[in-house]
Amino acid sequence: MIYLELFVGFLTVGLFSFGGAYAAIPLIRDVVLSYGWLDEDTLMNMVAISESTPGPIMVNMATYVGSRKAGIWGGALATFAVILPAFFIILLIMVLMRKMLDHKYVQAVFRGLKPCIAGIILATGCHMIIKNGISPLFQQAMDFRAPIIFLILALLYFGLRGVRKKKTSPIIMIAISAVLGIFAYGA
Amino acid sequence: MVFTLFFTFAKIGLFTFGGGYAMISIIENICVEQKNWITHDEMMDVTVIAESTPGPIAINCATYVGYKQKGIWGAMAATLGVVLPSFFIIYLISAFLDNFLEITWIANAFKGIRIAVGLLILDAGINMFVKMKKKFVSCTIMACSFAAMFLICIFAWSFSSVFLMLIAAVVSLVIFFIQGEPAGKGGESR
Repeated sequence: MIYLELFVGFLTVGLFSFGGAYAAIPLIRDVVLSYGWLDEDTLMNMVAISESTPGPIMVNMATYVGSRKAGIWGGALATFAVILPAFFIILLIMVLMRKMLDHKYVQAVFRGLKPCIAGIILATGCHMIIKNGISPLFQQAMDFRAPIIFLILALLYFGLRGVRKKKTSPIIMIAISAVLGIFAYGA
Repeated sequence: MVFTLFFTFAKIGLFTFGGGYAMISIIENICVEQKNWITHDEMMDVTVIAESTPGPIAINCATYVGYKQKGIWGAMAATLGVVLPSFFIIYLISAFLDNFLEITWIANAFKGIRIAVGLLILDAGINMFVKMKKKFVSCTIMACSFAAMFLICIFAWSFSSVFLMLIAAVVSLVIFFIQGEPAGKGGESR
C-alpha cells in the first residue's frame, strides 16, 4: 500500500531529522532507497531542484517523492507526514511543558541520537563524494573531470569561508557546480 | 487574523530560497520587526527550540508564531501557509522533470551539482560534529554509526538508518541509568 508506506516513511524522516535540510537528506535518501521509490541519481537531482525552488527543502523533497509515486494525493500525504512531528512537538512544548526538552530522559535520548545522526550524515556525505567525485578516476576510462570539479568546489567552499568568515550559500554552490558540470562534460 | 497569518506565511514560503536558515532571517524580519508578532528574545527561543527538535526549521517557526498569535488555528494557518506555495510549485515541476533532464546540457549540469550536494551534506555533518560536546561516549557512538552507515552505503545493504538511531538512543539511555547525569549540565550542546 503505497500511501501507507509514504506516510510512515516521511513521518520517520520528520521525526528524526535534526539539524536542517542537508542533515535530513541522508535520512530521506535512506528511506527512499530502502522502499525503492527512486534511484539515487534522480534523488540527488531533486535535491538541486529543492534548493533552487522556494520553500523548506525537506517539504519540497517530500512533495516530489510523494507525487512521483502516487500523484497529487501521494504528494500531499508525504508532505503532511514530514511536517506532522515538527508541528506537534512545537505545540506540545508551548501548550504543556516548556521544560520538556530539559527533562533528563529526553536529554539522555538526545545524547545518543545526535552523535549517531552526525555519524550517519558524515558517512553519507563521504560516500556521495567518493561515488560522484572520486571514483570516476579509478574506472577503466580514467575520468579526471569529476575529481577536478570536486577539488575546485571544495577549495571554493572551504577556502572562501576561511577568507570571508561566512558560509557560501548552498544555492551559489549549486549554481557554480552546474556551470562546472556543463563546462567539463559539454553543452 | 488567521487569514493574515496564512497569507504572511504563504508569502514567506513563496519568496524564501535555500531552506530553513534563510527562512529564519526572513521570519525574523517580518514577524519581529514589521509586525511585532513576537519579540526578539522569543525569536531566539524558537531558533534554539527549532534546532534541538526534529523536522523542518521553517515549520517549527511557523507553528510557534501562529500558536502565539491565534492558538491552534493560528498554528495550522501559518504552517499551511508556509508549505502550500512550494507544494504546488514542486508538484508542477515533478510532472515535467523527466523531459527536462533528457536535455544533454542540463543532464551534464546535474553531474556537477551532485558533487556539490555531497559537499554540502558533508559540511552539515561536520557542523553537527563541531557543535557536539566531545565526550568518550558521544564520540564512540558517532564513530560506530559512521562506520556502520558507510558500510551500508558501500555495499548497498538494506538496513534502515532509523535502526541505528534507535540503537544509539537505547545505548545512551542505558548508560544514563548506570552512570547517571554526565559531568556538567546537559551532555549535549544545543
